[in-house]
Amino acid sequence: MRKEHIFKILLAGLFVLVSLNLNAQEETSGKIDTRTGVKEFVDHHLKDSHYFTFFSDGEKGEHYGIPLPVIIWDQGLKVFSASKFHHGEELVELDGKYYKLYHSKIYKTGPEGIIEYGDSEFPTNEKPLDFSITKNVTAMIFVALLMFLMFWALAKNYQKRSVPKGFSRVLEPLVVYIRDDIAKHNIGPNYKKYMSFLLTVFFFILILNLLGLTPFGINVTGNIAVTFGLALITFIIVQLSGNKQYWKHIFWMPGVPIPMKIILMPIEVLGMFTKPFALMIRLFANMMAGHVVVMSLLGLIFVFQNWIAGPTFFGFTLFISLIELLVAFLQAYIFTLLSALYIGMAVEEHEDHPKDHGEDIPVI
Amino acid sequence: MVGAGLIVIGAGIGLGKIGGSAMDAIARQPEATGKIQTAGIIFAALLEGIAFAALFAV
Repeated sequence: MRKEHIFKILLAGLFVLVSLNLNAQEETSGKIDTRTGVKEFVDHHLKDSHYFTFFSDGEKGEHYGIPLPVIIWDQGLKVFSASKFHHGEELVELDGKYYKLYHSKIYKTGPEGIIEYGDSEFPTNEKPLDFSITKNVTAMIFVALLMFLMFWALAKNYQKRSVPKGFSRVLEPLVVYIRDDIAKHNIGPNYKKYMSFLLTVFFFILILNLLGLTPFGINVTGNIAVTFGLALITFIIVQLSGNKQYWKHIFWMPGVPIPMKIILMPIEVLGMFTKPFALMIRLFANMMAGHVVVMSLLGLIFVFQNWIAGPTFFGFTLFISLIELLVAFLQAYIFTLLSALYIGMAVEEHEDHPKDHGEDIPVI
Repeated sequence: MVGAGLIVIGAGIGLGKIGGSAMDAIARQPEATGKIQTAGIIFAALLEGIAFAALFAV
């Protein structure tokens, strides 16, 4: 498929998701400059935002949603509502300083509100430290509260009866599955210490993945900063729980000739970092790719605009959405499983076997 | 663009090998299906991680 086609498809996806009034948008979809339109659209959906937009009226140019609080640090803490930006149309003046919202990022500007590019591709304006409660943060807080309520109810259930009632019955098999098939199997006898982490990370990723399939445009697990945070926690836990054997196998592996030890040491040290790096990239890329595929397929309907393509691509979208449902579970499972595997490698007790050391541990 | 194609070819070959071997193993020992599937998913995920990392490098 040619580049222009892909851009058209993506642009059409924009109109499906962003506008309510589809009939009115169809007439204009061919005329807008596709390159900039697509870039803005991809930015809009895949990036974080200071608004929680439910839907937009493309004709009137109005957005319906909740503005979220903006918290910035610029020689002092400043808190105000994102509605002051009027979706990037207006400057915000605070203590003689001017802030502008530009492509979902806050920049410092002069009183005229000019964004400078200089020679680079990105704006050269200074950015204040942004601690805002953005859309992704809202979604994460929501999921955290939801998980707290769910598992609090589950725990309460066990105080009264041995078999839980209601929704807790759905959670119990999942918890048991993670305990028996992931934690016990991969970590070994000391699995209990790590159960809280594994359960939290599993349900956190799972619920956020599932929320990503709703039409609210939540794309938290498809944000590399979030997956970086999750992978960083796994990395820290693995390094902290590593026993003597684990460090010995990284820096001075037994049963290998000394010149080989020197060659292998940097590789093993690199391996420490590639494992969480792969965790980060895997989750991020899978979720982001899923979002893009679903939007593109929806967009094809509006590219072809005829009776055959409509139902066909509707069917395709449905099919991919179902696959995405599977991927949502699979990625949560994989992240948890690999975290458990890495922890298991760190806490494993080796027996002394100086001659045979060809263990089949995966490198990444 | 060519690099992306090469990555996909490589990942395809790898996935095919994992899937083929898993099928062979299941055919030989149907009672071990569960364990084989888990191992297969792990290796598919590892492969996918490398493939995605390479795709991002491209």
